[in-house]
Amino acid sequence: MGLERATLLQIYRSMRLTRALEDRIRTLFLQGRIVGGVYTAQGHEATTVGAAMTLHDGDCIVPQHRDLGMHLVRGVNPRAIMCQWLARGNSPTLGRDGQLHIGDMHHGIVPMISILGESLPIACGVALTMKMRKRSTVVLASCGDGATSTGPFHEALNFASVQKLPLVFLIENNAYAYSTPNSRQYAIPDLSLRASAYGMPGESVDGNDVLAVYGTVEQAVEHARSGQGPALVECKTFRVRGHSEADKADYVPEELRRAWLTKDPLQRFENYLQQEGILTSALQEDISHYVKAVVDDAVHYAETSPAPEGATVAQYVYAPDGPLAIIGEPGALDPRYVNAHDSRTGQPFNTMPPTNNVYEAEEATGRR
Amino acid sequence: MSNKKVTYLEAISQAIREEMLRDEAVFLLGEDVGTYGGAFKVSAGLLEEFGTERVIDTPMAEAAIIGSAIGSALMGLRPIAEMQFIDFITCGFDQIINMASKMYWRVGMPVPIVVRGPSGGGTKGGPFHSSSPESWFFHTPGIKVVVPSTAYDAKGLLKAAIRDNNPVLYLEHKLLYRQPELREELPADDYIVPIGKAIVRREGEDMTILTYGAMVHQCLRAAQVLEQHDDLEVEVLDLRSLSPLDRDAIMESVKRTNKVLIVHEDTLTGGIGAELSAMLAEELFEYLDGPITRVAAPDVPFPYAPLLEEAYLPNAEKILSAARELAAY
Repeated sequence: MGLERATLLQIYRSMRLTRALEDRIRTLFLQGRIVGGVYTAQGHEATTVGAAMTLHDGDCIVPQHRDLGMHLVRGVNPRAIMCQWLARGNSPTLGRDGQLHIGDMHHGIVPMISILGESLPIACGVALTMKMRKRSTVVLASCGDGATSTGPFHEALNFASVQKLPLVFLIENNAYAYSTPNSRQYAIPDLSLRASAYGMPGESVDGNDVLAVYGTVEQAVEHARSGQGPALVECKTFRVRGHSEADKADYVPEELRRAWLTKDPLQRFENYLQQEGILTSALQEDISHYVKAVVDDAVHYAETSPAPEGATVAQYVYAPDGPLAIIGEPGALDPRYVNAHDSRTGQPFNTMPPTNNVYEAEEATGRR
Repeated sequence: MSNKKVTYLEAISQAIREEMLRDEAVFLLGEDVGTYGGAFKVSAGLLEEFGTERVIDTPMAEAAIIGSAIGSALMGLRPIAEMQFIDFITCGFDQIINMASKMYWRVGMPVPIVVRGPSGGGTKGGPFHSSSPESWFFHTPGIKVVVPSTAYDAKGLLKAAIRDNNPVLYLEHKLLYRQPELREELPADDYIVPIGKAIVRREGEDMTILTYGAMVHQCLRAAQVLEQHDDLEVEVLDLRSLSPLDRDAIMESVKRTNKVLIVHEDTLTGGIGAELSAMLAEELFEYLDGPITRVAAPDVPFPYAPLLEEAYLPNAEKILSAARELAAY
């Protein structure tokens, strides 16, 4: 596949940032600064970052709760993410929803809901629109092993295949759906076998090997982009922490967890980059500084942002009248369209003005 | 289209076709809507006119139908998702409740979908082809619910629903589809019936009947009898939109008549009438000269046998009897 050095480093930076942001979110939770549940994805970084890196402008992700890596690759501002966790009034949901329940159709990100599997029919609708508008773009929709048991998963795979939609289904199989192990979730060896039932190609891949994920998802994306219909990829990974931070996950055999910890995707990729002479210790230090600066900035920004005002809770139940843009077409960001920006705030959906220092740091790192 | 009296069903078909001609973002998807033209032939001819990309025959999968509609709406399209019978909407319930209805409030993205389908009983449809599901959605913030009772409203409300930037549940009553007495000549020019506006179908000073859908016609029959035999002038207010409710029209009428009878085909407990009753009791307590009275289906599933269906459904006789009792209070 021969990825460029810059791409390999971008993957590494994104994986590092994903891990670091989640580590900080966990700390904030333990300090009692996050009021709701915290769901993180240590161990998923190769899957989420590797898969999202295969996409182009105009493509769309339909991520789930463990897909911070996808959001970051698609350019979501860490400030927006931290404002979500801290329920700030200027968060992408104005404090009305938490976690990674955010999106921006203009940047190709569909906002998830907590009911897993239900996003997959939405992915079909986005892909259907791309097909109707004769675009060469694709949708990458993820779900976990648990969600593959839901009706909407099967309805979506079938609908996508019948309609030959440009859609890649990505199953992040992390071995447990809350406390339920794979053995009580399904009765086939690989979830990629589900693909054959719907007449689409399916592959299973080591979800902790970012280059393997990239390569396999890239093939699936090219299949979907070429007009041949959907494809499915199962990334086999492991949830090394609990379902949420409130879950000690003592139902997971300790030796199993330890075995997967030795396959940590970030460490594996780091070793690879070092062996290849791509990641020098100086560069690694730079990236560590960059990651820390981004996380610190996001936390500081969120903590100094205002809480929502109680009186706003009943606002914006209905969208206003007015014309709608077709997303992704010229002029779609013209403010006369109700869906050009968040019409509640007049601002772009989930992006916030980046701080200069952080993005200069990113540019500097990227230039090396 | 002018100079021809059209049925309630033809009015719905006209609305879909004219909106698809007007706006290329509008399309239709559902089970058997294309080649077959829909179970009731609402979409007959549309596949031939607009092709398979805008009239989509889907698999038998309501979550996929409604979910795909939502996904395309997030992209700026205006899909119309048909439920073959509105009873089947339960299979797509989560997509409507958790996905579509919370979307704008939560993330600021409009979801301009119409979910429509044949509702209501009186057609010997039994427990799974006769339902009136409005209360589930009436209770849900973020979705509009409209229920036309005439051909004019069927067309105008559907056009308004398609142009609306929010999820709209459009409940067409299958008993009204081809009723000859509902045929009417519709304006040749484009028109809409605004969502959120009730209409007085019959004026009166002695009592207000609040109703909607097919029951409007039963109430009008009862009101005519009350005029002829009881010397009572009963006002019949057709709500047309359940969400949002036209509170002003309701209040204005009840303040004038001081007695209110609520009639709906859906079951009694927790129905639309329950909310209307609470609203009137809270806001117009001192205007009321009699108990707020409801006529609705009993709290049981919809039955099949003709005699059971007759016992179940409200009708002009049951309305008459309740109205007389209230008038005498």
